[in-house]
Amino acid sequence: MPILHTVNKSPFEKDSLDACIAHALDGSAVLLIEDGVYAAAGGTAAESRVRDAMRRLSFYALASDWKARGFAEAELIDGIELVDYGGFVDLVTGHDGVQSWL
Amino acid sequence: MSAGTRKKLMYLNRRAPYGTIYAVEGLEVVLVGAAFEQDVCMAFVGDGVYQLKAGQDTTGSDIKNFSPAYRALGDYDVTRLYVERESLEERGLSVDDLMPLVWEDEDDDWAEKSSIHVVDRAEMARLIDEHDVVFNF
Repeated sequence: MPILHTVNKSPFEKDSLDACIAHALDGSAVLLIEDGVYAAAGGTAAESRVRDAMRRLSFYALASDWKARGFAEAELIDGIELVDYGGFVDLVTGHDGVQSWL
Repeated sequence: MSAGTRKKLMYLNRRAPYGTIYAVEGLEVVLVGAAFEQDVCMAFVGDGVYQLKAGQDTTGSDIKNFSPAYRALGDYDVTRLYVERESLEERGLSVDDLMPLVWEDEDDDWAEKSSIHVVDRAEMARLIDEHDVVFNF
């Protein structure tokens, strides 16, 4: 089973997301948390990179971090799934390991 | 600072609100410093524009939502918040996505005026240059 990758930095401040995408094997999951959730917003300069990666990786964003930063569900890139803390746990237990891109 | 000296101060914010402590600490410094009757403005560049995003709701996490505190700036005579247009656009945002922040102009019958001024990058560069002191957060 593939591993779960987490990204907690803004794609506009650090290259954590790009490093994650570059090293995640096909079929892996990427969970955006903390400032990482900014990559889940539509209409940004990072959207095309995320959409390209979504063709081979599943993307999730942590709902509480998304809402804390003032975003509504409608502002998500289509195909990214919001998960709550329980969903975070399910992703962790459903994968072989967790790689945190800080 | 000696009496009678009035410097132009800018607080330049480049960090998103919750991932680091910069934004909340920077805002605190502005509110404290505003008591010293200097010529103060704030600038929001890069991820700093996220500080002003409307609708921040931290009820689902343990983070404190400090965004309402920006509404107090007008009462502290911090009435100019410059937001870089290119930074908004790169993040898929426009001024309509930001909190409405206003101040009351006592010279104009207490009319409510917007504190938010969207400026382009060239204008932001000019503003940084013309200030005596720039504090970075």
